[in-house]
Amino acid sequence: MSGRATAPSRRIAGGRLLARWLLGAEWRSHPARAIVAIATIALGVALGYAVQLINSAAFNEFSAAAKSLSGEADLQVRGAQPTFDENWYPRLATTPGVALASPVLDLDVTVPGQTAALKVLGIDVFRASRITPELIGVPSGQRPLDTLSDDAIFLSPAAQQWLHVAPGEHVALLSGTSIIRFRVAGGLVRTRPGQRVAVMDIAAAQWRFGLEGKLSRIDLQLQRGVDRERFKRELQERLGNQLVVAETRDDESRTDRLSRAYRINMNVLALVALFTGAFLVFSTQALAVVRRRAQFAMLRVLGYTRGQLLRQILMEGALLGVLGSALGLALGYALSSIALRFFGSDLGGGYFPGVQPRVSFEPVASTIFLALGIGVSVLGSLVPALEAARARPAAALKAGSEEGALARLATPWPAVICLAVAGILALLPPIFDVPILGYLSVALLLVGGIALMPRCTAIVFTALSQWHAKRRTRAVTTLALARLANAPGQASIAMGGVLSSFALIVAMAIMVASFRVSVDEWLTHLLSADLYVRVAANGDTASLSPGEQTAIAATPGIGHAAFTRTSHLTLDPARPAVALLARDIDATDPGAAMQMTGPVLPPSTLQDGETPIWVSEAMVDLYRYRLGQRLKLSIGAQGGTFVVAGVWRDYARQTGAIQLRLPDYRRLTGDTGATDAAITVDRGASVEGVIANLRKLPFGAAMQFAEPGDIRARTLTIFDRSFAVTYLLEAVAIVIGLFGVAATFSAQTLARAREFGMLRHVGVTRRQVLAILAAEAGMLTALGIAVGFVLGWAISLILVFVVNPQSFHWSMSMHIPWHVVSTVALVMLISSCATAVVAGRKAVSLDAVRAVKEDW
Amino acid sequence: MEEYKPVPLTDDPIFMTFRNNGVSPALECRGLSKAYGAGRVLLASLDFTLDPGEFVAIMGDSGVGKSTLLNLIAGLDQADSGEVLIDGTAISSLDDNAATRLRRQKLGFVFQAFHVLPHLTLVQNVALPLLLNDTPPARALDLLEAVGLGGRGDDFPRQLSGGELQRVAIARALVHRPTLILADEPTGNLDPETAHEVLSLFRAEIKANGAAAIMVTHSMAAAASADRILILSEHGLHATQPSQSAGEHQ
Repeated sequence: MSGRATAPSRRIAGGRLLARWLLGAEWRSHPARAIVAIATIALGVALGYAVQLINSAAFNEFSAAAKSLSGEADLQVRGAQPTFDENWYPRLATTPGVALASPVLDLDVTVPGQTAALKVLGIDVFRASRITPELIGVPSGQRPLDTLSDDAIFLSPAAQQWLHVAPGEHVALLSGTSIIRFRVAGGLVRTRPGQRVAVMDIAAAQWRFGLEGKLSRIDLQLQRGVDRERFKRELQERLGNQLVVAETRDDESRTDRLSRAYRINMNVLALVALFTGAFLVFSTQALAVVRRRAQFAMLRVLGYTRGQLLRQILMEGALLGVLGSALGLALGYALSSIALRFFGSDLGGGYFPGVQPRVSFEPVASTIFLALGIGVSVLGSLVPALEAARARPAAALKAGSEEGALARLATPWPAVICLAVAGILALLPPIFDVPILGYLSVALLLVGGIALMPRCTAIVFTALSQWHAKRRTRAVTTLALARLANAPGQASIAMGGVLSSFALIVAMAIMVASFRVSVDEWLTHLLSADLYVRVAANGDTASLSPGEQTAIAATPGIGHAAFTRTSHLTLDPARPAVALLARDIDATDPGAAMQMTGPVLPPSTLQDGETPIWVSEAMVDLYRYRLGQRLKLSIGAQGGTFVVAGVWRDYARQTGAIQLRLPDYRRLTGDTGATDAAITVDRGASVEGVIANLRKLPFGAAMQFAEPGDIRARTLTIFDRSFAVTYLLEAVAIVIGLFGVAATFSAQTLARAREFGMLRHVGVTRRQVLAILAAEAGMLTALGIAVGFVLGWAISLILVFVVNPQSFHWSMSMHIPWHVVSTVALVMLISSCATAVVAGRKAVSLDAVRAVKEDW
Repeated sequence: MEEYKPVPLTDDPIFMTFRNNGVSPALECRGLSKAYGAGRVLLASLDFTLDPGEFVAIMGDSGVGKSTLLNLIAGLDQADSGEVLIDGTAISSLDDNAATRLRRQKLGFVFQAFHVLPHLTLVQNVALPLLLNDTPPARALDLLEAVGLGGRGDDFPRQLSGGELQRVAIARALVHRPTLILADEPTGNLDPETAHEVLSLFRAEIKANGAAAIMVTHSMAAAASADRILILSEHGLHATQPSQSAGEHQ
């Protein structure tokens, strides 16, 4: 008899054909759901991929431009401060092992009327031609010696375009408070597209910008066979801490560190949409599995193995992911091209000025995003697939077993474990200066919170149902509560997308509001003067001489003028330079000048010869500075012992800043210039009058004036602009969340057509059925919003107290924007109810008799 | 759990009896017991054999365990004790995958609720067991023809009546030439006239294909179409004679 069972002469891959049939049947029968899932994945991948491409293109171009300034140098010797004595040059040039030394004066020169500085390189053309041959000026045939001329400057094409000048014309630059004019002698051999750079003779640059005898760096080429690492180590030991020996790869590291946190934060934010999309895929797949539960059971009865069923459902999910991801990559590429073409490479962060990047196909990033899209889709399908494979066919064949399919979702332990792990991860330090564990903690909080939803739904609505049962109320409410209490799994699935998007919007809203309010308070504290005067809004060549400072202080109407000298200090060649601010600080009350974050060291604790400094929070994170710590810094030729006397909050410089008293700075460096002045106006005098008086000074034209209100408004405008992309990405996440609600409610409502048909048989009106649906949606969304708020608040704690400090090295205080949160909650509540009713209209429009008929 | 390999039970006296006749039973249940919950015994030491090509109807009150018996035979449920042998293979000794493979090769199913996949065409529905056995699906069209639905292979289930749907289910149950067909209330959703037609077809087809069949039913008229009728009660499985009407069915 065993021979009677099919013993085919020809075997085929029946499993594959069956898989295709089942997939085709599912997509044919519910094309809209497949399209929504694909579109969701596509949108998530597209946003993430576009942001990645834009940031990557901008970073690569910015990095290449920075690298091009170093040319073929093996090593670079830089000053800890912006400049150092040129006597170092002959000593380094004659050091054994050095083949060639090329001195460079690297200046960010203030350009009158422009918001950005122009990079000017003063070079020795004969030496630089061997190390940075691309940065050599190309003079006209008639004036071949312009490369050595003291009035000639060579501009890159981008700089010529930016300054609207052509060879032969003149360009005005600021030195001190004086405007000096240079003749544009030609272009450069080769520069990157968009790279704004100018080159001139080094001696001319030293003279014209008042930096005689000063250099910014010396590029070194080593002799063949010299061990670069060893040479570098030994040279650094000989030079002490006044000079820093760096490699060209440090340029890349600096550029990377400068923008890394920003780029990663943007990428993570862009992935929020994909994350929300994962829940949509999960709810789509989970409901499809519930709907097809009996079909799968029948297949199992006919001989489909658990493994085959698991593979089939995962394959269906993966295919959604493949199609969505492929579409998303194409869309992302198009989006990034459009964004770069029309909006430039700056997504609001301002990290990549002056570059013109072009989008290029990135195989690694494309593969990662393709894998992310597919992975998210497969993960979204995994739980439903496992459940379908686990189901006992005999039980699953019976009608009414659908909720049993979701029983495992109500198991609280995975959720509790996720939440516990999230709590632990939030306490751990960053990895590679990036809050990877913080983000993981946020993701686990979300997953854990959403996984708890079925249990929450059951508890809340069972209690409500019991309370309601004791009262004599309407059938509609009774029916709605009964379903929510007894089928929490199905009800909760709809909430995955809403919960995740609402929790994220709450978290982001709290984080942004906390940041904005903190910045506002910081500005209020910072801007205590009546008027601010600045000669160098950008660049480092403009400054006020002592005479000019005296003239300002003596101007009628000015009660007090406090001057600041802004400079920078290189502590680690692989990190961006630290800002150095020398200003009037009362050591007994530094809180009057800056917003302190903790206790301060009183001057009495300092020993003779020690200089107090106050460091920003970033210094604590990046350089491990601690209150009371004594350290050596290369400020001035002799340096000295400095004591950390306090830590202050700084939202302007995430790479670190040090403040010290102006007299201390002048004593140590001999630099008596000033870049800014905070002016307190005499009683009775007007700010406008003081400005008018200042403009009358001989150098009045070189000064820029700003009142505290203007600075505050401008700062907050920049703040809001930098978060515009954030809001956009959040909005997309919300739309995807609502898509999820629509898709899930629609699927559930249509699947309940038979239930509604039965209700219509026993006398429930169509209006009442719709009311049941609206009540279910309303109550469920209200619970989702309540849980989402708690979850969002918890996530915001991680964003405010973990992710932000680890990313940008500043702290902030918490503020909840109630109006934003309640508006979004109301919109979601109304949208959910409306979606449920719209979906329900189709279900109740079916003939009641036909609806109750067995549709197998 | 062992892998499914159709090995003859050489040391089994019943098997030896059949072997001496050149055949083994299509189904053999030995001491089959099953209880649910707090000692609610459904089946107690049930012994039962079905010869190849034999068509048996099992009747009994609701809740007496008829469907449970079918589930145990199909390997969809685990017996508390006892054994089920399909074509000589003890299904309880197989792991889930092996039991599934045995089911796909040796068993055919007909359900009361038809369980035809709504979004596959009729021919695709009938071809399911063939594909699961990696067999070309061409025979599905022959079976559709045989159950009177020739030319409608590309229709979808929604275009069919209940009786027609059950014909599709019968075709699906027979298409891969199974040893044993299990039918659970196959006419429960049909009107008497359609039920009569479907049963006639069912009997004719299983006989034509040489399959054995067990049909669980509440309907005496339906049971009458079987070769023999067994009554399942709390006292076990007892034989009774098909009524006069059986002859009419036959």
